[in-house]
Amino acid sequence: MAHATAKAGLFDCREAWASTIEALAAADERIVVVVNDSVGSSKLGGFQKAFPDRTINVGIAEQVMVGVGAGLANGGRIPFVSAASCFITGRALEQVKADVAYAGFNVKLVGQSSGVAYGELGATHHSIEDFAWLRPLTDIIVITPSDPWETAEAVKWAATHEGPVYLRLSRMPVPALEVPDRVFRVGKAEVMREGRDLAIIACGTTVHLAVAAAELLAQDGVAARVLNMATLNPLDEEALHAAAATGAIVTVEEASVRGGLGGAVAEFTASHRPIPVERMGFPGFMPTGSADWLFAEHGLSAPGIAAAAMRALARR
Amino acid sequence: MHMPAGTNDTLSLITAKALWMRRRAFQMVYMAQLGHPGGDFSAIDVLATLYFGVLRFDPARPDWPARDRFIMSKGHASGALYTALCAAGYFPESWLDSYMQPRSLLNGHPNRNYLPGVETNTGPLGHGFPVAVGVAIAGKLSGSDHRTFVLTGDGEQQEGSNWEAAMVAGHRKLSHLTLIIDRNRLQQGAGTEETSGLDPLDQKYAAFGWDVAFADGHDIAALHLALSAPPGDRPRCIIANTVKGKGVSFMENKANWHHGVPNADQFATAMKELI
Repeated sequence: MAHATAKAGLFDCREAWASTIEALAAADERIVVVVNDSVGSSKLGGFQKAFPDRTINVGIAEQVMVGVGAGLANGGRIPFVSAASCFITGRALEQVKADVAYAGFNVKLVGQSSGVAYGELGATHHSIEDFAWLRPLTDIIVITPSDPWETAEAVKWAATHEGPVYLRLSRMPVPALEVPDRVFRVGKAEVMREGRDLAIIACGTTVHLAVAAAELLAQDGVAARVLNMATLNPLDEEALHAAAATGAIVTVEEASVRGGLGGAVAEFTASHRPIPVERMGFPGFMPTGSADWLFAEHGLSAPGIAAAAMRALARR
Repeated sequence: MHMPAGTNDTLSLITAKALWMRRRAFQMVYMAQLGHPGGDFSAIDVLATLYFGVLRFDPARPDWPARDRFIMSKGHASGALYTALCAAGYFPESWLDSYMQPRSLLNGHPNRNYLPGVETNTGPLGHGFPVAVGVAIAGKLSGSDHRTFVLTGDGEQQEGSNWEAAMVAGHRKLSHLTLIIDRNRLQQGAGTEETSGLDPLDQKYAAFGWDVAFADGHDIAALHLALSAPPGDRPRCIIANTVKGKGVSFMENKANWHHGVPNADQFATAMKELI
């Protein structure tokens, strides 16, 4: 029975992204990166040094950045287009829709510093809307890794998959998750902990918090199932059927509570099994504050998620 | 298929193909009662020149890596693109009759997953040019000699993404990239210069690091000369001076034929004129 734990120490998952893409590029000359003056923020300094010709910096110009990605795919390359997630999705959304998703080019969009990682810089630099913007673009596979290992696996998988992918990466420090016999499977929710009383469904930087919340709940005699829903497109409906069978669900994401993971789960349960769903995340534009403060302020913590679980159970 | 440059046979072939494309595209628009015939007609001579006098391609191998690429950024002029691809041998003529019908492969705007020969999906303006820049970068990275041609409308140049693309292409000296601007001076609602003026387009592209040339967009010999010139050391912009609705008297230079469609009398008159 899967029972995930968080190892000691915190990691910036961009390091895993950077070392993985460098290794992949060394083995496959088709791989290139396209950036909007984002070499540093994408941790691509080493890549640029190793592969200067394959580091295509278009300047601060996101529309042409994504269009160039599509064109490179037309020319037989495997482009990883890497920029702050707020800009690669919001600023270039029509290019993401038309040139990548609709055209179906083999482009990997890499959203860096997603969610509220840019904390104090404010709502312009938060990327909490990207899930809602990309979910209807069902031709794009959306993956939100939870830790360094999953980040590396997601990058490796994206390189071999023929088709559009959005990797939603984070710079928020997270622990490495210890999961017995861990296997990366796109489109399949990862069971971090079994439980029959309710299901907590998380992704990305909130998975370790959901795992910790389940520990707290266990101390109170509540057995929570914890799912890592790393793939948002396509959603693992089999896992959702099983989660809904517990009778209550809490969703947790570093994103808007509208239209993202919580929205997807609410759509699913409304159609298949109406049950209480508590959606944890962010409400919209938020006041100035650090990422940690914003997490705490909106209950994105082990006690906050445990409290939401109790609310969901009370509504059952 | 690669035609020898500038022979009378080549120019005659292009002229004949362009006439067929105009007649067939207008028939498609008439049958569908949908389309953008004014823009089809201003662009058709450019497309005919490319497909029957300039481009290196093989319709049996639409994904041939060394093919020259043509990207129709003004995707609304799909009548021009579809008749060109059909005449070039990418699909049978009967397909043209399905233009914009339910489940047709000939969508109002081109889709690369529907039709061979379509290089990317276009329709929203300002998309094809950035993609063409990416194709040209890929060619340069691989040391390929293939060329990339992209056609935008002139009103389309008002989209800012084009200027991002122009800057990148100029900076990277993408010598195998040619931008053709269909300069018919009319956009959907009015003249370009009264809407948000584009002139001097030549100076703008020159300032972005491009070679710039003008051509009469309906003079096949002039177009062939301009489009088949070998690559230089930087990207090339050809401003093709064209007439919206070219070839049909009552359509020429009329903005309302941007997406106007003919009635039976107008269609009959046009067929008499297009000979």
